[in-house]
Amino acid sequence: MIAELGHFALILALVLACVQAVVPLVGAQQNRYALMAVGRPAAQAQLFFLLFAYGCLTWAFVTSDFTVRLAAVNSHTATPLIYKITGVWGNHEGSLLLWAASLSLWTVAVTIFSRDLPEAFMARVLGVLGAISAGFVSFTLFTSNPFTRLLPAAAEGRDLNPLLQDPGMIIHPPLLYMGYVGFSVAFAFAIAALLSGRLDAAWARWSRPWTTAAWVFLTAGIAVGSGWAYYELGWGGWWFWDPVENASFMPWLLGTALIHSLAVTEKRGAFRNWTVLLAISAFSMSLLGTFLVRSGVITSVHAFATDPARGLYILVLLVLVIGISLTLFAWRAPRLTGGGSFALMSRESTLLGNNVLFAVVTGAVLLGTLYPLFLDALNMGKISVGPPYFEAVFVPLMVPVVVLMVIGPFVRWKNDDSARIVRRLAPGAIVSVLLGVGLAVVVGNFTWRTVLGLALAAWVLIGSVQLLRARVAERPGAAAGAGVRLRGIPAAWWGMWLAHLGVGVFIIGVTMVGSLESELDVRMKDGQTARLAGYTFTFRGVVDAPGPNYLAARATIEVARGERQIATLTPEKRLYLAQQMPMTEASLDIGPFRDVYVSLGDELEDGSWIVSLYHKPFISWIWLGCTLMGVGGICAAADRRYRRLAERRVPAAATQSA
Amino acid sequence: MKAKFLVPLVIFLALAGFLAYGLKLNPREVPSPLVGKPAPAFSVAQLQAPEASFSSADMRGQVWLLNVWASWCVSCRQEHPLLVELGRRGVVPVVGLNYKDGRADALDYLVRHGNPYTTIAVDPEGKVGFDYGVYGTPETFLIDREGVIRYKHIGPLTREHFERVLMPMITELSRAG
Repeated sequence: MIAELGHFALILALVLACVQAVVPLVGAQQNRYALMAVGRPAAQAQLFFLLFAYGCLTWAFVTSDFTVRLAAVNSHTATPLIYKITGVWGNHEGSLLLWAASLSLWTVAVTIFSRDLPEAFMARVLGVLGAISAGFVSFTLFTSNPFTRLLPAAAEGRDLNPLLQDPGMIIHPPLLYMGYVGFSVAFAFAIAALLSGRLDAAWARWSRPWTTAAWVFLTAGIAVGSGWAYYELGWGGWWFWDPVENASFMPWLLGTALIHSLAVTEKRGAFRNWTVLLAISAFSMSLLGTFLVRSGVITSVHAFATDPARGLYILVLLVLVIGISLTLFAWRAPRLTGGGSFALMSRESTLLGNNVLFAVVTGAVLLGTLYPLFLDALNMGKISVGPPYFEAVFVPLMVPVVVLMVIGPFVRWKNDDSARIVRRLAPGAIVSVLLGVGLAVVVGNFTWRTVLGLALAAWVLIGSVQLLRARVAERPGAAAGAGVRLRGIPAAWWGMWLAHLGVGVFIIGVTMVGSLESELDVRMKDGQTARLAGYTFTFRGVVDAPGPNYLAARATIEVARGERQIATLTPEKRLYLAQQMPMTEASLDIGPFRDVYVSLGDELEDGSWIVSLYHKPFISWIWLGCTLMGVGGICAAADRRYRRLAERRVPAAATQSA
Repeated sequence: MKAKFLVPLVIFLALAGFLAYGLKLNPREVPSPLVGKPAPAFSVAQLQAPEASFSSADMRGQVWLLNVWASWCVSCRQEHPLLVELGRRGVVPVVGLNYKDGRADALDYLVRHGNPYTTIAVDPEGKVGFDYGVYGTPETFLIDREGVIRYKHIGPLTREHFERVLMPMITELSRAG
């Protein structure tokens, strides 16, 4: 009964999405307020029904109702409650429902936080979002109904994939989806602006907080996903250039470019075509990512459930959404020339350079991801592309991005004096190179990779300090104390500063762990010790440690540095009963400057165990860097400026209607 | 409408064309044209003994698996425990084809994760892989006593799939001769 109610709610949501897609758009075109006004209640009611449907599905999982096929395949009576709840999105159908619910959540958020948008603009935005929603809800209903019954019921469920039974997996998909789907708002704003022919600074200002918010979710989602891969997959890597990882990374790259491009469009009215194109592309990449993951065109670690019929449906959706948008772009964009002119040495140039580089990097990642498919389709042979390609392409393209990132904030809009910039930045650059060389020698890894990484990171950090000092010094009202002037800096500026600082911290982490990590595989018996990177690991035997839905052998390994006891690690080897699937559960001691990571391999015939020991210097800095970027994004999105403008518009709107 | 603004649309449509074609090529669902044909013969060096060579003709008279893998391949690690178990139980001889890999990396990988293979042939340039139509690692071919490819699996082998599909075929083929 509950499942049927959920199914019915989903059908109602589809009807509402269709209404939301058509009526407000017609209203905006004919300038009829009554029709435009339908958008908001339709969006809100749609959210209600989607959440209701989602709740019904969760209910089936929590109560182990195995007459619902999805629950029978992805849950088990012995699964811990939290994984029953997260199991809802650990599969194709449920994750689509989550996708649709996120989209609806974003739509309603737009109706609440951007309620001061002009009525016609809002109507177009809601219309576009409604059309996307109709596409995805119908996809869910027609090809991937989560409420399909299984009669007669299964006696017991098959349980959630053990890889997904992990705290990281609880939040990774919702964050990632909020990010993916969040770009739909920037997309809808861009399409609405193209439809109305009004692509101006106001449009850019409205889009900015939404784009940044989506970007924050995506950043967090990718970071959590990489953290999950790091400790759950059990071999200590944190990024694999897997097609599905790339699918989330491409919208991130374009989203980053979009954030910067929007800044130029708002401040200077320039790059309008480019900004619109980026807004369309960022969301297209999100859709493409969904397609790649769900169609099985590319084989991947992540591709759990794939089905060509579903692939075809998403492809049609993809062609409709992106094809129509790009056609609209080709039709409207030629009228959008103009914007302030700027010299070669100007803030605009650095941002343009950055955007072009981001677009090229995205293209390179896309090419690498789809290359096997291209060659196969052209009958030119069959190949696979591995991490060496991505590293060879990615690093040389990202180095200039980072350099421009350091220079950009110092350069004035419109026109600046090259000599002034060189005088300003050369000392820091020289010190950074020397630091890079010096530190590489100190850590005993004098390779170009280490030198380059450390020098770049040093320059980002030095540049950040210089930038902050310059900002405090240049503020008007120099008579006030530094504390007052610091407080006078707007949140958006802090956001930029923190996010850029985060990039520096991230580079330190990547460089250090790439250059200095060490690992060792040993056979160990009770009481035996092994040494790695100055740490002593003592094996204290293995005991049985059964869990609710698995059996496990748990080893105890004491870690010491010199005489000092540091940690007791307990890696496990688990066998999940329902799927008879073995899993390694690594154990880590996390520290600010290094992680010590232990994973348990197989038992050998003589009773000893294979143990993998890892020493990962500075790896936490990778996620610290991502956190700083995310916090920076939150600051930027929360800047008072966006709210203040909204407040100011209220009286104006009131007088209009009066 | 100026032509340059159509460029994004044209690029996208080309991409969509490839994706549509990609659906037809669905790597997991469409059987390889090689199934039912004689396995392409090859004779290459062995990984652990570079001076010795391995020839596909050596396996005549046996039912065997050819597993294409590489140390850089992430999904290979997923199926590796299953292969190790098959190797230990001696269910079927598994010949590894080390694909576009470095020798040191490959040996290191085996030390770390265990060696399930009876023999490992090396294919550093991917020439053998090309003959076998390898789309990406890992791939597994089931070859019968006469050297005919009976089944091809793309992507990591799962226990369920092995028990349900491959094992019955192996039993059948072994009995048939």
